[in-house]
Amino acid sequence: MQIPELERKSIEYRKTILSSIAQAGAGHTGGSLSCTDILNVLYNAVMRVDPHNPNRSERDRYIHSKGHSVEALYTVLADKGFFPAEKLATMGRGGSHWVGHPTRKVAGVEQNTGALGHGLSVAVGMAIAAKQDGLAHRVFTLMGDGELTEGSIWEASMSAAFYKLDNLIVIIDRNTLQITGRTENVMALEPLAERFSAFGYAVRTVDGNDVAALVDTFAQIPFEPGKPNLVIARTTKGKGVSFIEDAADWHHHVPTAAELTTALAELDQAEQRRQERYATA
Amino acid sequence: MQPLEVGKPNQQIFSDTLLKLAESDRNLLVVTSDSRGSGRLVAFGKQLPAQIVEVGIAEQNLVGVAAGLAAAGKHVFAVSPACFLTARGLEQIKNDVAYSDQPVRLVGISAGVSYGALGTTHHSLHDLAVLQAINNIDIVVPADNFETQAAVEAAIMHPRPLYLRLGKKAMHHLHAPGADFVIGKALRIRRGDDVALLANGETVEIAAQAADLLAARGISADVLSIHTLRPFDEAAVLETARRVKAIVTVEEHSVHGGLGSRVATLLMQAGVTPALRIVGIPDEYTYTGSQQEIFAHYGITPADLAQTAELLLHATRVEAI
Ligand SMILES: Cc1ncc(C[n+]2csc(CCOP(=O)(O)OP(=O)(O)O)c2C)c(N)n1
Ligand SMILES: [Mg+2]
Repeated sequence: MQIPELERKSIEYRKTILSSIAQAGAGHTGGSLSCTDILNVLYNAVMRVDPHNPNRSERDRYIHSKGHSVEALYTVLADKGFFPAEKLATMGRGGSHWVGHPTRKVAGVEQNTGALGHGLSVAVGMAIAAKQDGLAHRVFTLMGDGELTEGSIWEASMSAAFYKLDNLIVIIDRNTLQITGRTENVMALEPLAERFSAFGYAVRTVDGNDVAALVDTFAQIPFEPGKPNLVIARTTKGKGVSFIEDAADWHHHVPTAAELTTALAELDQAEQRRQERYATA
Repeated sequence: MQPLEVGKPNQQIFSDTLLKLAESDRNLLVVTSDSRGSGRLVAFGKQLPAQIVEVGIAEQNLVGVAAGLAAAGKHVFAVSPACFLTARGLEQIKNDVAYSDQPVRLVGISAGVSYGALGTTHHSLHDLAVLQAINNIDIVVPADNFETQAAVEAAIMHPRPLYLRLGKKAMHHLHAPGADFVIGKALRIRRGDDVALLANGETVEIAAQAADLLAARGISADVLSIHTLRPFDEAAVLETARRVKAIVTVEEHSVHGGLGSRVATLLMQAGVTPALRIVGIPDEYTYTGSQQEIFAHYGITPADLAQTAELLLHATRVEAI
C-alpha cells in the first residue's frame, strides 16, 4: 500500500476508534490513538495475513501485548475484513466477543491479552517454533512503555536473545505516558535503547506516528541476523486530536458527544490538508 | 491382601515415558526452568537436545513460551516444581494457557510436600485450589507408576490445557495389569461397603493400606483413586457415597479447595450425605520435616486413616441407635 493511502487510513481508523469508544461508553482512547499508525503499517504494508483464511500456517503472527488498546486492533482487523465492521458496534455489550481486551474468539486475534507483560513470552514461543520448523513467517508484538516495568518482559527478552530470534519483532509504543503520568516519573525506563541493546536486541528508533518512517524501518527486518528486532516507536499518546494528545487523563477517558464531534471535525480537517498536500505535490 | 510392591517415583516414570514418546514425535517439546534435574529430564536433554527448550529460572516466561509453542502446534510439556509453576506462573497459566485455550501440558513436579524439610516455600498446597478456580484447565494427579504412564500417554492427545501433578517418592503399585486409565474416570483400588477412602496422588497408596488394616478389623472399605480433579468423576463418587456410611477423603494439599472440598460440594448439593472427614494439610504454619513426617503429623498414615474411618463409621452407628 502506498504512503498517501496509508495516511488516509490512519485518519479513517482514528475516526472509527473514537466513534466506537464513544458508542461503547468505554475504551482506551489515548493508547489506541498512539498505536494506530503502527497497526496500520503492520497490517497494510508489512505483515502477511489472510483475512479469509486467518489460520493459514504461513501467516505472520501479531500479538497485541498492550491489550487495553483493543479498539485500534479491532478497527484495523475489521478494515482488513477479518470480521464485518458492524461487529464494532457490539463492543462491550453483553454476550459480545468484542470485549475490552482481545480474545481468540475474534477472528485475527492470535492470543488473549490484557494483563500487561504477557505478550512477549508467547511471541518468543511462537518464534522458537517457527525457527525449529524452518518456517519463514515472523512474529510481531506491540508493548506499551509503561508495560516495560513488568519483570516478565525482561525474562522473555533474555530468551529472545538467547534463541537468536531474528524472526521476532518487538515494538514499543513509546508515548512516555502511563496511567499515573510520565513513565520517567512513575518508574524511569531510560536509557531504553541502551537497555534493550544490552539485552541483545538489534534496536531501531523511529517516529511511530509517521507511516512512511515506519514502512522504511520495518523494511529493514531483520536488522541484524541472529538478533531479535526491537523498534522504539516514538509516539504521541492520543495522536491526531489536539485536546487528547499527550494527556495522561485520556488514558481511558471516553469522549462526550461534544468532544467526539470536535475530534471528528479535527480529523476531517486533517484529511482535507492531506488531500491538498498531494494535490499540490 | 498382599503387601504392595514398590515401584519408581512417578516423576521418573513421567520422564521415561516422555522420552519414549518424544523419540517418535519430533513435535514433542519439553520446556524447563533450570528444572531438568528435579524433573529427571537430564537424559532427555542429552538424547533429544533439539526437543528441550530451557528458559532459565523464569517461571512466568516458562508458561508464556510454552503457550506460544503450543499455539504453533507443538506438543508442549512445561515442567517445573509445582510450588513455583502454579504461583509464580499463575497469571500466565490463567491467561496465556487456560483463557487463550493453548493446549499446554503443565507438569508440576515435587508437588505437595514432596520437598518436605525444605519448607513452605517449596510446598504446593494451593495448586489444586487455584487451578480449580480457573476455567479450562484439566487437572490430573496420578497415584502410581501405572497411572502416571497412562496419564502422560493420554496427555499428548489431550485437546485442552492440562495440569499434571507429580511427586518424587517411589510409589507402590496399586493396579492389576490391564487396568483401564481414562482421564476423568476414577479407578477403584479396593471394593467395600462400610466406608470409602477417596484419595489422589501419593496418598492413594496410604488409603489402600488403611483399607487393608480395616479389613483385618472386619470393616470393608472402598478405595478410589480420584486421579482427575477436573473433569471430576461425579458418577463414581455419588455411586460410592450412596453405598457406604462414611467417607474419608485424603490428599497432599490444603484441606481448603482440593479433593475433599470438591467431594463435599458434590455430595451436599446432591443430597447424598454419609458422614465425611476431609484429611489433608490444615490451615496452619505447616509442620516441618520430611514428607513422611509431615504426613504422620497430620494423620496421613495407614493406621491413622484406618482409625479416622473406624471412628467416623462408629459415630454413624451410635447416631443410628
Ligand atoms: C498486569 C497488569 N497490571 C495493570 C494493568 C492495568 N493497566 C492497564 S493499561 C495500564 C497502563 C499502561 O501503560 P502503557 O503500557 O504505557 O500503555 P499506553 O500508554 O500505550 O496506553 C495499566 C496499569 C494491566 N492491564 N495489567
Ligand atoms: Mg505509554
